[in-house]
Amino acid sequence: MDFKVIDNYLMIKMPVEVDHHLAGAICKKADAFLVNDKVNNIVFDFEETKFMDSSGIGIIVGRYKKISYLGGKVFAVHVDRQIRRILYISGLNKMIEVLD
Amino acid sequence: MESRSLETNGSITKICRGYDNEAYLEFDAISANESFARLVVSSFIAGLNPTVEELADVKTAVSEAVTNAIIHGYENVLGYIPGRMKCPREICEGKVRMRIRITGDVVHIEVEDDGKGIENIKQAMEPLYTTKPQLERSGMGFAFMEAFMDDLQVFSVPGEGCKVVMEKKIGSTPWLDEE
Repeated sequence: MDFKVIDNYLMIKMPVEVDHHLAGAICKKADAFLVNDKVNNIVFDFEETKFMDSSGIGIIVGRYKKISYLGGKVFAVHVDRQIRRILYISGLNKMIEVLD
Repeated sequence: MESRSLETNGSITKICRGYDNEAYLEFDAISANESFARLVVSSFIAGLNPTVEELADVKTAVSEAVTNAIIHGYENVLGYIPGRMKCPREICEGKVRMRIRITGDVVHIEVEDDGKGIENIKQAMEPLYTTKPQLERSGMGFAFMEAFMDDLQVFSVPGEGCKVVMEKKIGSTPWLDEE
Protein backbone atom coordinates (compact mmCIF):
# COMPACT_ATOMS: atom_id res chain seq x y z
CA MET A 1 0.00 0.00 0.00
CA ASP A 2 1.16 3.46 -0.89
CA PHE A 3 -0.04 6.98 -0.08
CA LYS A 4 0.49 10.01 -2.26
CA VAL A 5 -0.90 13.55 -2.21
CA ILE A 6 -1.57 15.21 -5.57
CA ASP A 7 -3.11 18.70 -5.27
CA ASN A 8 -5.84 18.17 -2.71
CA TYR A 9 -6.36 14.52 -3.58
CA LEU A 10 -5.08 11.71 -1.40
CA MET A 11 -4.26 8.70 -3.57
CA ILE A 12 -4.26 5.41 -1.70
CA LYS A 13 -2.88 2.39 -3.49
CA MET A 14 -4.74 -0.49 -1.87
CA PRO A 15 -2.89 -3.73 -1.02
CA VAL A 16 -3.30 -7.02 -2.92
CA GLU A 17 -5.68 -8.32 -0.27
CA VAL A 18 -7.91 -5.91 1.62
CA ASP A 19 -9.12 -7.58 4.79
CA HIS A 20 -9.30 -6.94 8.53
CA HIS A 21 -5.59 -7.69 8.83
CA LEU A 22 -4.48 -4.45 7.15
CA ALA A 23 -7.65 -2.37 7.60
CA GLY A 24 -6.57 -0.71 10.85
CA ALA A 25 -3.23 0.39 9.41
CA ILE A 26 -4.82 1.84 6.25
CA CYS A 27 -7.41 3.83 8.24
CA LYS A 28 -4.81 5.21 10.62
CA LYS A 29 -2.45 6.30 7.86
CA ALA A 30 -5.20 7.81 5.72
CA ASP A 31 -6.56 9.82 8.65
CA ALA A 32 -3.10 11.23 9.37
CA PHE A 33 -2.99 12.54 5.80
CA LEU A 34 -6.47 14.06 6.16
CA VAL A 35 -5.35 16.03 9.20
CA ASN A 36 -1.81 16.97 8.19
CA ASP A 37 -2.02 17.51 4.44
CA LYS A 38 -5.46 19.12 4.29
CA VAL A 39 -6.62 16.95 1.42
CA ASN A 40 -10.34 16.98 0.74
CA ASN A 41 -10.75 14.18 -1.76
CA ILE A 42 -9.68 10.55 -1.55
CA VAL A 43 -8.96 8.16 -4.39
CA PHE A 44 -8.80 4.46 -3.54
CA ASP A 45 -6.76 2.74 -6.24
CA PHE A 46 -7.57 -0.98 -6.54
CA GLU A 47 -5.18 -1.70 -9.40
CA GLU A 48 -3.21 -4.29 -7.43
CA THR A 49 -6.11 -5.59 -5.38
CA LYS A 50 -7.21 -9.16 -5.99
CA PHE A 51 -9.42 -9.62 -2.95
CA MET A 52 -11.59 -7.46 -0.72
CA ASP A 53 -14.11 -8.33 1.97
CA SER A 54 -16.38 -6.22 4.19
CA SER A 55 -13.36 -4.75 5.97
CA GLY A 56 -12.73 -2.77 2.77
CA ILE A 57 -16.26 -1.39 2.97
CA GLY A 58 -15.52 -0.29 6.53
CA ILE A 59 -12.39 1.54 5.40
CA ILE A 60 -14.19 3.38 2.59
CA VAL A 61 -17.30 4.29 4.61
CA GLY A 62 -15.17 5.58 7.48
CA ARG A 63 -13.13 7.82 5.16
CA TYR A 64 -16.27 8.89 3.30
CA LYS A 65 -17.82 10.17 6.53
CA LYS A 66 -14.73 12.25 7.32
CA ILE A 67 -14.23 13.57 3.81
CA SER A 68 -17.85 14.57 3.29
CA TYR A 69 -17.56 16.94 6.27
CA LEU A 70 -14.93 18.74 4.22
CA GLY A 71 -17.18 18.82 1.18
CA GLY A 72 -14.90 16.42 -0.68
CA LYS A 73 -15.46 13.32 -2.73
CA VAL A 74 -14.36 9.72 -2.60
CA PHE A 75 -13.39 7.74 -5.69
CA ALA A 76 -12.63 4.08 -6.30
CA VAL A 77 -10.54 3.47 -9.41
CA HIS A 78 -9.24 0.41 -11.27
CA VAL A 79 -12.12 -1.56 -9.82
CA ASP A 80 -12.35 -5.09 -11.16
CA ARG A 81 -15.45 -7.32 -11.27
CA GLN A 82 -15.08 -8.81 -7.80
CA ILE A 83 -14.54 -5.50 -6.07
CA ARG A 84 -17.33 -3.90 -8.07
CA ARG A 85 -19.73 -6.58 -6.83
CA ILE A 86 -18.71 -5.94 -3.23
CA LEU A 87 -19.24 -2.21 -3.70
CA TYR A 88 -22.65 -2.73 -5.33
CA ILE A 89 -23.96 -5.27 -2.80
CA SER A 90 -23.08 -2.91 0.03
CA GLY A 91 -24.66 0.04 -1.80
CA LEU A 92 -21.42 1.99 -1.69
CA ASN A 93 -21.66 2.81 -5.40
CA LYS A 94 -24.33 5.35 -4.43
CA MET A 95 -21.99 7.20 -2.09
CA ILE A 96 -18.75 7.19 -4.03
CA GLU A 97 -17.65 7.41 -7.67
CA VAL A 98 -16.69 3.97 -8.96
CA LEU A 99 -14.46 4.02 -12.05
CA ASP A 100 -12.79 1.27 -14.07
CA MET B 1 -24.47 -42.02 8.80
CA GLU B 2 -25.73 -41.48 5.30
CA SER B 3 -24.47 -43.92 2.70
CA ARG B 4 -23.78 -42.95 -0.86
CA SER B 5 -22.33 -44.74 -3.80
CA LEU B 6 -19.83 -43.12 -6.08
CA GLU B 7 -19.35 -44.27 -9.63
CA THR B 8 -15.81 -44.09 -10.97
CA ASN B 9 -14.70 -45.55 -14.28
CA GLY B 10 -17.35 -48.24 -14.26
CA SER B 11 -16.43 -49.62 -10.85
CA ILE B 12 -18.60 -48.70 -7.91
CA THR B 13 -16.96 -47.60 -4.71
CA LYS B 14 -19.17 -47.60 -1.66
CA ILE B 15 -18.56 -44.63 0.58
CA CYS B 16 -20.11 -44.96 3.99
CA ARG B 17 -20.24 -41.30 4.85
CA GLY B 18 -22.10 -38.30 3.61
CA TYR B 19 -19.32 -36.58 1.68
CA ASP B 20 -16.56 -37.14 -0.86
CA ASN B 21 -13.69 -35.18 0.61
CA GLU B 22 -13.07 -33.37 3.87
CA ALA B 23 -10.47 -31.05 5.33
CA TYR B 24 -10.32 -29.97 8.93
CA LEU B 25 -7.97 -27.47 10.42
CA GLU B 26 -7.46 -25.46 13.53
CA PHE B 27 -5.48 -22.24 13.71
CA ASP B 28 -4.77 -19.33 16.03
CA ALA B 29 -7.34 -16.54 16.10
CA ILE B 30 -5.05 -13.87 14.71
CA SER B 31 -5.58 -11.67 11.68
CA ALA B 32 -2.61 -13.13 9.77
CA ASN B 33 -4.60 -16.37 9.47
CA GLU B 34 -7.50 -14.79 7.59
CA SER B 35 -5.62 -14.96 4.29
CA PHE B 36 -4.41 -18.45 5.23
CA ALA B 37 -7.99 -19.68 5.66
CA ARG B 38 -8.99 -18.20 2.28
CA LEU B 39 -6.01 -19.85 0.60
CA VAL B 40 -6.81 -23.25 2.10
CA VAL B 41 -10.43 -23.10 0.96
CA SER B 42 -9.61 -22.00 -2.56
CA SER B 43 -7.02 -24.76 -3.04
CA PHE B 44 -9.28 -27.39 -1.51
CA ILE B 45 -12.21 -26.65 -3.81
CA ALA B 46 -10.07 -26.10 -6.92
CA GLY B 47 -10.93 -29.61 -8.13
CA LEU B 48 -14.57 -28.59 -8.51
CA ASN B 49 -13.51 -26.17 -11.23
CA PRO B 50 -15.24 -23.14 -9.76
CA THR B 51 -15.57 -20.02 -11.89
CA VAL B 52 -13.54 -16.99 -10.86
CA GLU B 53 -16.73 -15.56 -9.45
CA GLU B 54 -17.65 -18.64 -7.42
CA LEU B 55 -14.16 -18.81 -6.00
CA ALA B 56 -14.33 -15.15 -5.00
CA ASP B 57 -17.74 -15.76 -3.38
CA VAL B 58 -16.47 -18.64 -1.25
CA LYS B 59 -13.27 -16.80 -0.32
CA THR B 60 -15.21 -13.71 0.75
CA ALA B 61 -17.67 -15.74 2.83
CA VAL B 62 -14.84 -17.61 4.57
CA SER B 63 -12.99 -14.37 5.15
CA GLU B 64 -16.07 -12.87 6.82
CA ALA B 65 -16.68 -15.92 9.01
CA VAL B 66 -13.06 -16.22 10.14
CA THR B 67 -12.76 -12.47 10.72
CA ASN B 68 -15.92 -12.58 12.85
CA ALA B 69 -14.46 -15.38 14.96
CA ILE B 70 -11.23 -13.44 15.47
CA ILE B 71 -12.68 -9.96 16.07
CA HIS B 72 -15.96 -10.74 17.77
CA GLY B 73 -15.41 -14.22 19.22
CA TYR B 74 -12.01 -13.54 20.72
CA GLU B 75 -11.84 -9.76 20.40
CA ASN B 76 -8.45 -9.86 18.71
CA VAL B 77 -9.13 -6.63 16.92
CA LEU B 78 -5.60 -5.61 15.99
CA GLY B 79 -3.80 -6.79 12.88
CA TYR B 80 -0.98 -9.08 13.98
CA ILE B 81 1.72 -11.10 12.21
CA PRO B 82 3.67 -13.33 14.62
CA GLY B 83 7.43 -12.96 14.30
CA ARG B 84 7.20 -9.74 12.35
CA MET B 85 5.26 -7.64 14.80
CA LYS B 86 5.28 -7.18 18.53
CA CYS B 87 2.51 -9.25 20.03
CA PRO B 88 -0.36 -6.98 21.12
CA ARG B 89 -0.77 -7.02 24.89
CA GLU B 90 -4.43 -7.85 24.73
CA ILE B 91 -4.18 -10.88 22.44
CA CYS B 92 -6.55 -13.70 23.28
CA GLU B 93 -5.15 -17.17 22.66
CA GLY B 94 -8.15 -18.67 20.98
CA LYS B 95 -8.42 -21.15 18.17
CA VAL B 96 -10.61 -21.08 15.09
CA ARG B 97 -11.66 -24.41 13.60
CA MET B 98 -12.62 -24.78 9.98
CA ARG B 99 -14.12 -27.82 8.30
CA ILE B 100 -14.57 -27.98 4.54
CA ARG B 101 -16.53 -30.79 2.96
CA ILE B 102 -17.14 -31.52 -0.67
CA THR B 103 -20.16 -33.61 -1.60
CA GLY B 104 -20.67 -33.88 -5.33
CA ASP B 105 -20.60 -30.27 -6.48
CA VAL B 106 -21.59 -28.79 -3.14
CA VAL B 107 -19.07 -27.25 -0.80
CA HIS B 108 -19.96 -27.20 2.87
CA ILE B 109 -17.95 -24.99 5.22
CA GLU B 110 -18.07 -24.73 8.99
CA VAL B 111 -16.21 -22.07 10.93
CA GLU B 112 -16.26 -22.45 14.68
CA ASP B 113 -14.77 -20.64 17.67
CA ASP B 114 -14.89 -20.93 21.46
CA GLY B 115 -15.18 -17.21 21.96
CA LYS B 116 -17.80 -15.08 23.62
CA GLY B 117 -20.64 -16.04 21.30
CA ILE B 118 -23.57 -13.99 20.05
CA GLU B 119 -26.47 -12.97 22.31
CA ASN B 120 -28.91 -12.06 19.57
CA ILE B 121 -28.16 -13.84 16.30
CA LYS B 122 -31.07 -12.26 14.44
CA GLN B 123 -29.84 -8.76 15.26
CA ALA B 124 -26.22 -9.67 14.48
CA MET B 125 -27.26 -10.80 11.02
CA GLU B 126 -28.95 -7.51 10.14
CA PRO B 127 -26.98 -5.62 7.50
CA LEU B 128 -25.01 -2.68 8.93
CA TYR B 129 -25.43 -3.90 12.52
CA THR B 130 -22.07 -3.78 14.26
CA THR B 131 -21.06 -4.05 17.89
CA LYS B 132 -17.80 -2.33 17.09
CA PRO B 133 -18.54 0.96 15.30
CA GLN B 134 -15.33 2.44 16.74
CA LEU B 135 -13.35 -0.07 14.66
CA GLU B 136 -15.03 1.11 11.47
CA ARG B 137 -16.33 -2.30 10.67
CA SER B 138 -19.06 -2.16 8.06
CA GLY B 139 -21.55 -4.54 9.71
CA MET B 140 -21.83 -6.36 6.40
CA GLY B 141 -20.19 -9.65 7.39
CA PHE B 142 -23.25 -11.88 7.68
CA ALA B 143 -24.95 -10.05 4.80
CA PHE B 144 -22.00 -10.94 2.56
CA MET B 145 -22.03 -14.57 3.72
CA GLU B 146 -25.73 -14.72 2.88
CA ALA B 147 -25.26 -13.01 -0.47
CA PHE B 148 -22.34 -15.11 -1.62
CA MET B 149 -23.37 -18.55 -0.39
CA ASP B 150 -26.55 -20.55 -1.05
CA ASP B 151 -27.22 -21.37 2.57
CA LEU B 152 -26.12 -19.90 5.89
CA GLN B 153 -26.82 -21.03 9.42
CA VAL B 154 -25.45 -19.52 12.62
CA PHE B 155 -25.40 -21.29 15.97
CA SER B 156 -24.19 -19.73 19.17
CA VAL B 157 -24.28 -20.12 22.92
CA PRO B 158 -23.24 -16.86 24.60
CA GLY B 159 -19.99 -17.40 26.49
CA GLU B 160 -19.27 -20.69 24.72
CA GLY B 161 -18.69 -19.81 21.11
CA CYS B 162 -20.18 -19.56 17.70
CA LYS B 163 -20.49 -21.80 14.67
CA VAL B 164 -21.22 -20.66 11.15
CA VAL B 165 -22.33 -23.30 8.66
CA MET B 166 -22.58 -22.42 4.98
CA GLU B 167 -23.06 -24.23 1.71
CA LYS B 168 -22.67 -23.43 -1.94
CA LYS B 169 -23.24 -25.39 -5.09
CA ILE B 170 -20.34 -24.97 -7.48
CA GLY B 171 -20.92 -24.89 -11.20
CA SER B 172 -24.50 -23.67 -11.00
CA THR B 173 -23.92 -20.01 -11.69
CA PRO B 174 -23.29 -19.21 -15.33
CA TRP B 175 -21.02 -16.31 -16.15
CA LEU B 176 -23.62 -13.74 -15.26
CA ASP B 177 -23.30 -10.07 -15.94
CA GLU B 178 -24.91 -8.65 -12.88
CA GLU B 179 -25.04 -4.99 -13.83
